[in-house]
Amino acid sequence: MTAAPPIIELCHVDKYFGPFQALTDINFAVRQGERVVVCGPSGSGKSTMIRCINRLEEHDAGTITVDGILLGDDTKDIRAVRQDVGMVFQQFNLFPHLTVLENLTIGPIRVRKMDKAAAEALGRKYLDRVHIPEQADKFPSQLSGGQQQRVAIARSLCMEPKIMLFDEPTSALDPEMISEVLEAMVELANSGMTMVCVTHEMGFARRVADKMVFMEAGRIVETAPPGEFFTAPKSDRARMFLDQILEH
Amino acid sequence: MARAGKRGLRRVMASTPVSVVIYLIVMFLIVETALKGAEAMGYNWQWYRIPQYFFEDGDAGIVLGEIPWGLVGTITLSTMAFALAVGIGLLVALLRLSDLIVGRAVARVFLEIVRNIPLLVLLYVFYYVFGPIFGMDRYVASVLCLAVFHGALMSEIFRGGIAAVALGQWEAAKSVGMSTAQIYRYIILPQSVRFMLPPMTSEVVNMIKSSAIVSVIAVVELTTVGRNIISDTYLSFEIWFTIAAVYMALTLIISSFASYLERRYAVTD
Ligand SMILES: Nc1ncnc2c1ncn2[C@@H]1O[C@H](COP(=O)(O)OP(=O)(O)OP(=O)(O)O)[C@@H](O)[C@H]1O
Ligand SMILES: [Mg+2]
Repeated sequence: MTAAPPIIELCHVDKYFGPFQALTDINFAVRQGERVVVCGPSGSGKSTMIRCINRLEEHDAGTITVDGILLGDDTKDIRAVRQDVGMVFQQFNLFPHLTVLENLTIGPIRVRKMDKAAAEALGRKYLDRVHIPEQADKFPSQLSGGQQQRVAIARSLCMEPKIMLFDEPTSALDPEMISEVLEAMVELANSGMTMVCVTHEMGFARRVADKMVFMEAGRIVETAPPGEFFTAPKSDRARMFLDQILEH
Repeated sequence: MARAGKRGLRRVMASTPVSVVIYLIVMFLIVETALKGAEAMGYNWQWYRIPQYFFEDGDAGIVLGEIPWGLVGTITLSTMAFALAVGIGLLVALLRLSDLIVGRAVARVFLEIVRNIPLLVLLYVFYYVFGPIFGMDRYVASVLCLAVFHGALMSEIFRGGIAAVALGQWEAAKSVGMSTAQIYRYIILPQSVRFMLPPMTSEVVNMIKSSAIVSVIAVVELTTVGRNIISDTYLSFEIWFTIAAVYMALTLIISSFASYLERRYAVTD
């Protein structure tokens, strides 16, 4: 029961879009190997918060530390953090002009300066890991949504990150493809990866989460282990939110 | 009903056979008018004297005449100016899109100055002002002038093409740790090509046509050659028709090459 030091730590983080305050006094820590699921109503700031972790958004106040690096304006620091933090987007964002294998190897080759053969071996390993080794030479537009999202997961894994961020990875998928993506995420969780997932897939949350974070109107309203969060949420807002999404 | 009728009419007017017929009638009327006018002036057509300006039957067999050499001059001038213009255009576009406040301002001022000066005036500035200052001869001044003028216009094409690539591409590339230069080179520019090809083609065609302006400072190219021949022979109608046809042939070849490229780069996403 020794408490490992947090690998991600946000202290008193505020974030504005113009005059609009999107995040207010966010305090949030993730330990190595921990799996955190973030949920909350639309517009509550979930995406904004996890995008601050790899600085796709700049925070305006407070501090963010990732794997010992304090995020600021230093480009080298930002790129170092991004190499250690993989991110999977709702819209996949695969590179449409590159084949699947090239999508996977471009990071290792250009950023990690790996040679092509080693990068391709790595790429094929992670394509295997997400169960689509046969798609290596296709272009993203030739794959189904579920396959594209698994390629996106593999692309992030090819950078051998310490942390994986997921921003509603199944929201853009047809229902029949959701489970194949969730399955890949569960397997990743079982391999011990540190994960922060924004998702409304509560079945997934129950299976893998160590910690649930509930946000509303730019604030973290509640943080609790999943057992507690699902059976006895402390805040009324969280209870209402759960009632709403579990109805479906 | 009237609407449907109008739309039907428009469709008939836009069909290929109708377009060809209209085109032929218009061309016939133009040629007819020109010939009539020339006849009324008592113009003495001497087309038979034109071929010698394409091929000369010299001592060493058949050699290229003045017009092909003028064409070579136009192509050389345009190619050099184009290469420089692409560099200038890309640089200005990237400055415009950068986070550098000074860079953005410089790019903006450059663009506004260049595109609000007539090309002819810009050429005089390069030749009569910068020429003596920087020791440029007329050829260098012409190339630089065309490159700067069209580079400024191309920067807007680059900027549009870059902006047309989805924001998610930037985010995905950043999140694997790529630098801004790498993102442009490997992710954004390759995808912008298809957005830039159509406007870039018309810019190249414009550039070839506007290269004719350097004839005012007697740089050897197609239009200058035309002027020189006419001052020796007074064959103005024949020569100008011929020169115009040569320009058209060149630009049509370029346009069809560009539409081939467009088909090649038409990636689906
Ligand atoms: N680039 C932006 N410019 C202005 N406002 C923004 C921007 N991005 C987000 N916002 C606003 O910030 C708030 C939080 O947005 P965010 O995307 O983080 O919410 P979310 O919890 O992820 O919602 P969703 O479930 O719909 O994805 C919203 O009110 C949104 O309108
Ligand atoms: Mg969101």
